[in-house]
Amino acid sequence: MPGAPARQKTARCPRSIGEDAGDMDLSAIGSQLLVGLSRSMILFIISSGLSLVLGVLRVPNFAHGSLYMLGAFTAFTVATALGGGPGGFWWAVALAPLVVAGICLLVERGLLQAIYHREHLMQMLLTYALVLIFSDLVKLIWGVEYKSLMPPPALTGAFTFLGTSFPRYSLFLLIVGPLVAVALWLFLNRTRLGKICRATATDREMVDALGINSKWVFAAVFVLGGWLAGLGGVFMAPTVNIVLGMDHSIIISAFLIVVVGGLGNVWGALVSALIFGVGESFGVLFWPRFAIVFPFLIAAVLLIIRPSGLLKSVW
Amino acid sequence: MRPQPVRPTVEKDATLKRSALLPVAAAFLVLLVLPSFIPSYYVYLFTLIYITALLATSLNFCLGYGGLLQLHHAVFYGLGAYTVAITAVRTSLPLWCGLLLGPLVAAAIGWVMGWFCVRLRGLYFGMLMLALGQLVWTVVYRWYEFTGGDDGIHGLSMPPLIDSLTGCYYLTLVVFFVCLGIMYLMVNSPFGVTLQATRDNPVRSESIGINIRRHQLASFVIAAFFAGVAGVLFVVLERSVSPALLFWSKSAEVLIMCLLGGMSTFLGPSLGAAAVVVLSTVIGIHTEYWLIVLGVILLVLVLFLPQGILGYLEERIGSGRGLKGASEDYVEG
Repeated sequence: MPGAPARQKTARCPRSIGEDAGDMDLSAIGSQLLVGLSRSMILFIISSGLSLVLGVLRVPNFAHGSLYMLGAFTAFTVATALGGGPGGFWWAVALAPLVVAGICLLVERGLLQAIYHREHLMQMLLTYALVLIFSDLVKLIWGVEYKSLMPPPALTGAFTFLGTSFPRYSLFLLIVGPLVAVALWLFLNRTRLGKICRATATDREMVDALGINSKWVFAAVFVLGGWLAGLGGVFMAPTVNIVLGMDHSIIISAFLIVVVGGLGNVWGALVSALIFGVGESFGVLFWPRFAIVFPFLIAAVLLIIRPSGLLKSVW
Repeated sequence: MRPQPVRPTVEKDATLKRSALLPVAAAFLVLLVLPSFIPSYYVYLFTLIYITALLATSLNFCLGYGGLLQLHHAVFYGLGAYTVAITAVRTSLPLWCGLLLGPLVAAAIGWVMGWFCVRLRGLYFGMLMLALGQLVWTVVYRWYEFTGGDDGIHGLSMPPLIDSLTGCYYLTLVVFFVCLGIMYLMVNSPFGVTLQATRDNPVRSESIGINIRRHQLASFVIAAFFAGVAGVLFVVLERSVSPALLFWSKSAEVLIMCLLGGMSTFLGPSLGAAAVVVLSTVIGIHTEYWLIVLGVILLVLVLFLPQGILGYLEERIGSGRGLKGASEDYVEG
């Protein structure tokens, strides 16, 4: 069942901490901020894929969480198949998202392309059918036991900075997240396909009129979205238990991040992923038991005060 | 923004069909004597079907007739159920107070949520509802002292009259028929027809002076109320509550029921609920992979039978009543 990942519960601070701010433990705040930021990076990687799909294909893809779960489970299999050695994680990073992307290609050509003209409710229900099917397939293939993936030795443990210890893996995520963001920016702004994607998001008919086969643009975007979901799954895997139901716990957060950020706007997804991740980790600091309330509370408040998202929606 | 599709005007019989009363009364009588002839397990199953059917019909009231993208209806089901359980465990009030309070609490919280939601359109509406619903879920899930947290509350005792399974069956049956009757009257009342008009053509409705938000909010609250009734009945049957009642996947399940039976028909969601309850029981006996079956059914429905079973039948028979195309076009971004 969903919940804050176990590693987020490390900071045990009394609720009264807000009342005597003078004694506030700066190192706790620092490490909590880092944990929050690193979680934001994973959330961004996952929701940027969802946002691209929503922006270009206009399909609210509930199966995005399942793709993320598939990424994590495939990563486990890849790492185990290679003997669980230190290189296993890197092979998982390389291969698992590609497997998920391959599945996405089949799903897009086989099913999704039939429902682009349908209303959102039907699209959601079709992708929800995929959620059901994928969750039972995962149960069939991997069983119901918890799985875990070890990060490579270089990323385990903690380093000390200004008297505070920070987990190395969080720092790694803090480097990877911006790299993915920059790569996405380069793709969307500097490549022909990326420009076509943005054009399709803005005005599909015009793209068709220019003689571009938008069919394959859609397929490419869905595959890219799935690749990002899989990548998010691999990066999340060392920080949580890989378990059935992890799809259910991430998909609502991902959707809310995308909607709060502005539908289809990847940079909006980055901004709101930062708000969500940091908000949740400070929730852990101030009110540990109800920390998982914060993302939903933030989303609800932001949606009420800015009903069409923080940044401009492409819709 | 896409242009508004031109859609057929709602065909509505001016008078409620009196001829329909006879089959309804006959069905009621048959169901009334049924428990004497079937094993108690089937009595339980029938009771569960009435409860689920009431929940699905209440969702369809705002989804199919109001055109609201209600993605998290199970919240109100859970709120109704939790009100009964919490009244019984945490207060000294008699249990019937909880039974009466359940739907009222669901409607009150529905009013608060709906007040915010109806300001938003389409997908944003659905997403705000998801956020608010999950907010309620997390509070229930984590507030151990008050709600029992992820364990829920178990082992409630019921008043003698509805303590037995048969008593519970009769209570559920009567409440089910009364609630569906009320909703049917509402759908065919001037309010209901106006509501359908706001769904079919919001722009035109607004230009002739209909307050769209008020109608949407009303349908939202009414749907929440009846979902609360279903939640109360669920506790009477099961005597326990758990946070799974208001998790979002429960809402998705209810959406599937509406789609399966047919969102453009009044009785469709009930049929869909019965089908899902029966199928999950029957298939659940043979395999633990029931979800994959439900997923495939859902795929087939979306791709080939989006109007649902009853909607399809009505089309084939061509009776022309019902609401054409209720399932199309919720969302105008």
